[in-house]
Amino acid sequence: MRSRFQLILALVASLAASPGWSEILGDPVKGAKVFKKCQSCHQVGEGAKNRVGPHLNGIFSRKAGSDPTAKYSKGMIRAGDDGLVWTNETLDAFIENPRALVSKTRMSFRGIKGTDDRLDLLAYLRGFSDEPLNIPEAEPIAQGKDHNFDPAILTIVGDPEYGEYLASECMTCHQTSGANDGIPGINGWPTEDFAVAMHAYKQKLRPHPVMQMMAGRLSDEEIAALAAYFKDLE
Amino acid sequence: MNFNRRLFLGTGVVAATTLAAPSVFAAGHGKPRVVVVGGGAGGATAARYIAKDSKGGIDVTLIEPSRMYYTCFFSNLYLGGIKTIDDLGHSYGTMAAGGVNVVHDWAVGVDRDAKTVSLAGGGSVPYDKLILSPGIDFVDGAVEGWDLSSQNAMPHAYKGGSQTELLKSQIAAMPQGGTFAMVAPPNPYRCPPGPYERVSMVAHYLKANNPTAKIIVADPKPKFSKQGLFQEGWANHYDGMIDWIGDDFGGGNVSVDPNAMTVTIDGEVTKVDVCNVIPAMKAGRIAELAGVTDGNWAPVNAADMSTKADADVYVLGDASQQGDMPKSGFSANSQAKVCANAVRGALTGSKVFPAKFSNTCWSLIDTNDGVKVGATYEATDEKISKVDGFISQTGETAEMRKATYEESEGWYAGITADMFG
Repeated sequence: MRSRFQLILALVASLAASPGWSEILGDPVKGAKVFKKCQSCHQVGEGAKNRVGPHLNGIFSRKAGSDPTAKYSKGMIRAGDDGLVWTNETLDAFIENPRALVSKTRMSFRGIKGTDDRLDLLAYLRGFSDEPLNIPEAEPIAQGKDHNFDPAILTIVGDPEYGEYLASECMTCHQTSGANDGIPGINGWPTEDFAVAMHAYKQKLRPHPVMQMMAGRLSDEEIAALAAYFKDLE
Repeated sequence: MNFNRRLFLGTGVVAATTLAAPSVFAAGHGKPRVVVVGGGAGGATAARYIAKDSKGGIDVTLIEPSRMYYTCFFSNLYLGGIKTIDDLGHSYGTMAAGGVNVVHDWAVGVDRDAKTVSLAGGGSVPYDKLILSPGIDFVDGAVEGWDLSSQNAMPHAYKGGSQTELLKSQIAAMPQGGTFAMVAPPNPYRCPPGPYERVSMVAHYLKANNPTAKIIVADPKPKFSKQGLFQEGWANHYDGMIDWIGDDFGGGNVSVDPNAMTVTIDGEVTKVDVCNVIPAMKAGRIAELAGVTDGNWAPVNAADMSTKADADVYVLGDASQQGDMPKSGFSANSQAKVCANAVRGALTGSKVFPAKFSNTCWSLIDTNDGVKVGATYEATDEKISKVDGFISQTGETAEMRKATYEESEGWYAGITADMFG
């Protein structure tokens, strides 16, 4: 556990350079209360077992969808095969909006929108991964940097005509029929989920080199334009 | 292949429409006319997108001699026994529903002053904008001892269809412990990882059916696409079967004798059972006939794929000389969309958006062992210029390689649906 002094230092540093909230560590005691929201499906701590969702002991640094005794969606297994590993950053993004990070996840949970609640929850869960504080530079103590983006990005109204042109590039792989084998269908994706997902690729939170590259050069307006187009595609 | 040189019209639907209103040959009906030559990844995509996005506002004619298109991409998987020839075939019958008039004939000339394309079956087709997407032809005399008349004895199998089937049957007929030779092409050529995926797939087939057989590759290049990934895979799956002779070891000093079935590499003569000669390449012939080539390829402007020689003639895909993109079906499909947007804008005043290009090439090394390389590109004044890229890593997990292969199958379904509707 970090000392109060370190916490303040981190806070001051983050305010000075304003790199975003992700530099700040949460409070595990408060996190234990937040975890109540998760308890109906997930266990953590001594004797924890897989229930509706997998147990969360050692979740940091675990490959997504990799516990052979747990039940996962196809999307979660695909994400793991593509290289998604649970870190402070990726767990934070997942808990904020599960379906935006892992499409069609079985985790039917709306997400926790409050930044402090998520930080506290992650601080709590860190206590159940192997000696996280003793491994400097390694997960889970390594800090995310880029996940935070301006919520105003999600209010940009996209130009569907531009979206249709940009979407032609997507259609080389993602079929308009919505076929889902090997490469997932992306028709009818809710605008906000679509935008969050593209930004997550752009920030390399979602795994997959092709998508990280494709999203990497899209501007905020272009992502909004694509989101506007795909929303109405059936 | 013996083509009947009469003019064929696509499906019954096309024929009916065309008889009712013979717009293909009728000038002065008011609508702007786009003619596309070559129905592959570039041409079929361009034709379909212009027809679809103009919503009938542009008359689009696709000139393509074949009635079925056999993809060159994934043809190595057919050689490996993983796909069937039917998996690779796609009918042009679906193009009519997308608003494209398909004319099954050879384009044999372009009159750029009169703005017409002449057909082998007689007659000519007028255009306002002409898009050439003819793929590749081979440079005469590129491999000593080989010319097109030797292509049955020593197939190139570098255009989809009958050549691929011929090579497959020759591999199947190899005696136990026989030798398969490949003469690899110099840069630039269609599908940079293609020859090496082919080596992998031939090895995959031989390992199961003829495990003492050998593969020799004579290569004029000192290194090749995804080399580290392929060589890792060859060592893992086909240890000792494949002998790659690069330029450093005389791989470029090669001649063949199709009658004696021998290959001579740096003075050493080897008797072989199958010889796959992939010669140096150039733009498909119609680009040269149209007078838009400079040397072996057709230089184009990156913003819209129009040729440097003529603003109303565009060249897509393998035949174009555009800059940094590899010659691939994915690239041609990507270029077609930029071109379609620009052509439609020029003819109807619709909005023209900035050019964005991308490419990914997947290759299969063994069952469920897929790798990929890709990049994004933008248009600069000089050329299509690379922005960002990635490549699979050596030592990846089996799960990731399997996911990559499944993704390539998803891509195949995606791009063929994108081309043909």
